[in-house]
Amino acid sequence: MDFGFTTAAYVVAAVLFILSLGGLSGQESAKRAVWYGIAGMALAVFATLIGPGAGLWLLSLILIAAGGAIGYMLATKVQMTQMPELVAAMHSLVGLAAVFVGFIAHFEIGNVLHGGHGEDLGTFAALIAHKSPVEINILRVELFLGVFIGAVTFTGSIIAYGKLAGKVDSAATKLPGGHMLNAGAAALSVIALVWYFNTGGFFPLFVMTLAALFIGYHLIMGIGGADMPVVVSMLNSYSGWAAAAIGFSLGNDLLIVVGALVGSSGAILSYIMCKAMNRSFVSVILGGFGGTTGPQMEVEGEQVAIDADGVATALNEADSIVIIPGYGMAVAQAQASVAELVRKLRAQGKNVRFAIHPVAGRLPGHMNVLLAEAKVPYDIVMEMDEINDDFPETDVAIVIGSNDIVNPAAQDDPNSPIAGMPVLECWKAKQVFVSKRGQGTGYSGIENPLFFKDNTRMFYGDAKKSLDELLPKID
Amino acid sequence: MTPASAKDLQKLGYTCLIETGAGAAAGFADQTYVDAGVEVVKTGAALFKSADIIAKVQPPSDAEVKRLREDQTLISFFYPAQNAALMEAANKKGATVIAMDMVPRISRAQKMDALSSMANIAGYRAVIEAGNNFGRFFTGQITAAGKVPPAKVLVVGAGVAGLAAIGTSTSLGAITYAFDVRPEVAEQVESMGAEFVFLDFEEEQQDGAATGGYAAVSSPEFAAAQLAKFREIAPDIDIVITTALIPGRDAPELWTKDMVDSMKPGSVIIDLAAERGGNCKLTVKDEKIVTENGVTIIGYTDFPSRMAAQSSTLYATNIRHMMTDLTPEKDGQPNHNMEDDVIRGATATHKGEVTFPPPKPKIAAIAAAPKKEAPKELTAEEIRAKEIAEFKAQTKNQVTLLAVGAAVLLGVGLVAPASFMQHFIVFVLSVFVGFQVIWNVSHSLHTPLMAVTNAISSIIILGALMQIGSGSFLVILLAALSVFMTGINIFGGFLVTRRMLAMFQKS
Repeated sequence: MDFGFTTAAYVVAAVLFILSLGGLSGQESAKRAVWYGIAGMALAVFATLIGPGAGLWLLSLILIAAGGAIGYMLATKVQMTQMPELVAAMHSLVGLAAVFVGFIAHFEIGNVLHGGHGEDLGTFAALIAHKSPVEINILRVELFLGVFIGAVTFTGSIIAYGKLAGKVDSAATKLPGGHMLNAGAAALSVIALVWYFNTGGFFPLFVMTLAALFIGYHLIMGIGGADMPVVVSMLNSYSGWAAAAIGFSLGNDLLIVVGALVGSSGAILSYIMCKAMNRSFVSVILGGFGGTTGPQMEVEGEQVAIDADGVATALNEADSIVIIPGYGMAVAQAQASVAELVRKLRAQGKNVRFAIHPVAGRLPGHMNVLLAEAKVPYDIVMEMDEINDDFPETDVAIVIGSNDIVNPAAQDDPNSPIAGMPVLECWKAKQVFVSKRGQGTGYSGIENPLFFKDNTRMFYGDAKKSLDELLPKID
Repeated sequence: MTPASAKDLQKLGYTCLIETGAGAAAGFADQTYVDAGVEVVKTGAALFKSADIIAKVQPPSDAEVKRLREDQTLISFFYPAQNAALMEAANKKGATVIAMDMVPRISRAQKMDALSSMANIAGYRAVIEAGNNFGRFFTGQITAAGKVPPAKVLVVGAGVAGLAAIGTSTSLGAITYAFDVRPEVAEQVESMGAEFVFLDFEEEQQDGAATGGYAAVSSPEFAAAQLAKFREIAPDIDIVITTALIPGRDAPELWTKDMVDSMKPGSVIIDLAAERGGNCKLTVKDEKIVTENGVTIIGYTDFPSRMAAQSSTLYATNIRHMMTDLTPEKDGQPNHNMEDDVIRGATATHKGEVTFPPPKPKIAAIAAAPKKEAPKELTAEEIRAKEIAEFKAQTKNQVTLLAVGAAVLLGVGLVAPASFMQHFIVFVLSVFVGFQVIWNVSHSLHTPLMAVTNAISSIIILGALMQIGSGSFLVILLAALSVFMTGINIFGGFLVTRRMLAMFQKS
């Protein structure tokens, strides 16, 4: 099959991918959009297999099938609450693949330049053979970048996975030396780039890979669990840029197009998340919360507890109810109980809605997915901006496992580490119930004045257990 | 000084003297003072001779100033701004003058704020005085002998006196309205049970906190709007109590002759600002007059004196608090600490120097009210203007971005070879398309979006597939691994996305 057909197939695939992403603007069109994506991918793989340069068909197909089987198992077995981990783990695979493909390209360049037997090699090699020295150099830079980003993505994703799955301590930790280590590793990579540029040997590439692996590890280790939504979308972005960089070195336009799409998508998501936390991207990446200017406001008063009967009475009397889920709901796997509660309340004709903060959970849109899994209709799930003005008219607000996103200190206390972050103003509701495991502070370790307010009652205990206890009492 | 406060003063280490008959009007006989350990002195002149600290109510007369001597302290109402000559005279004598009317309005000084004490009495007394001259009940009654409408009282100026008047008036049962140029006192007015008269006037009023809790001069437009409002309600009002004073100025005219003319016969106006010219121009100082249409206008300035027992007690307590502050050691030796905001503020002359006017107190009297960002109703033009401005800003942003982007592109094009540029164009366009497309993705679908992008970023499989056929074992191994891993990713990513999307459902 000739080259023209492959290119044509690539164009079609690229259009399909764009449609696939564009289709995600609505829940209904999204279902169609996935098929576009699948079709695009199938077409691209097929075209490449029959296109020039590919060999070992059988091996390729077997490997894809084997990988596919594992992917299928993973995808069907994964709990919706574990979605962040899965996404992070899959990013690491893309990162590693990018590193490998980069290495391959390096070896091919080496083969060709050292007077290898051009005819036996693939098209890529043939392509290289026709390049001028300047182009070869550019190629090297691209390849180098691809490997670098890929390596950072790989270790970064693994750490992010570990943190999300609870296998690595989620607190922000840094090796002694902090950012200097990162800077050092980055400097080392730059030196390696110059070295590689001049010699074209494998060793500098390898050194850089190690440095990049370290950067990925250390960078994500230094970021706290609460910032994971940003990290995951950032890694998503990186995996895209890695693909784009490799696409440049291989001279493959489809790789470039898709890499750029994925890269910009991740970048936008990161931007949205950062904006929702009122923090600059840099401060998230550099880890930890920014410097505070003074002591935090003292919180006065005490947390008043309430039992299931009390909550049930209030809910039975209320007309409008807003539920604010957070990561705690995901941890307790309480989404089904929440959905059941909502069904019961709605059956009584009450106005029940969900308020979702952009950074609730550990992945952009995490809460929406969990609620969807529990069959909560998506038209009662509101975004922060849609519902914040409605709190004063709300009878009861129920906070389930969220903390920082409902912290009034963000608005009242200029010295609070989260000052200025947009929050759900649930304390304006007539009554607030907070379902929480204990009296401790949230992920960021910030005291939450909400818990001490006069109209707040603490409903202590595991979210799922508390709700199950509450359910029979609602009538 | 009352017998009770004399005892407290003695505890501070002072010996107390009092002029014969000074407490008579307030019901304190000389004998009760003697019983409290106070020495009764025959004349005022003798008192000036023997005492080191002299406390009195009214500003000293010229004769009294002459009697002052060096290191003597005089505590009284002094009005240094108006009595510059008197102050100068006192200063020449080397005496220290503490003006009770200059005590700054900060929380700590409230206990010695004699103006507030006196204003409180004046406000109360004004209502009583009005009732005395008003021919009807304050409260509405339905009796066997017919229905009595409630009196309508308007209090102008909701300072201490105004608020006291409002409280008294409402507790007597009258329908009370109140007005003040400081919109922030509306809440206080309403808390006292009166209705705040709002003007249809939109102008940023100066925050009262900036002037230490006193009213400032209002703009001509505002004054006009205010008069128009008064004119409108004047015929309905039975009793008007005006308390509007601006520090250091003549009283503003708020109740004009035509308003008086429009009032019903039998109505009463109490002008508490009479001493400073009156809020009503018909007011005659210290007198009660009745206009042709039967409106009584009272311009008394001695309301506190009309309640001597009460005002003496309060003033004596104010003075005692001032003395307490002056004698931190309780050793009978006044320590005139000019670093103290309160003492500094109240001191008019000290150690041969005129210290009036005082610097601004270090502590702001009232925390400045945070500027309310009233969600103003924008007019159509304003919205239009805003949109245009936003559009312009946006255009500017975009143009700048485009210009910079183009410049960078051109720069790259200068050095890079053509084959690179081809790919580069594809890259830039894709980024652009990506940005356009992703912004439209709804927030609730961000997780599926990540799963999809994750799946399609496995497109890197192409790179592996293209090279898996080439010679060396190492290359084949690496390529095979890549193909395998991305295979997991492609299937896993798409499947999980489908699973998630299938769950979303409408109610």
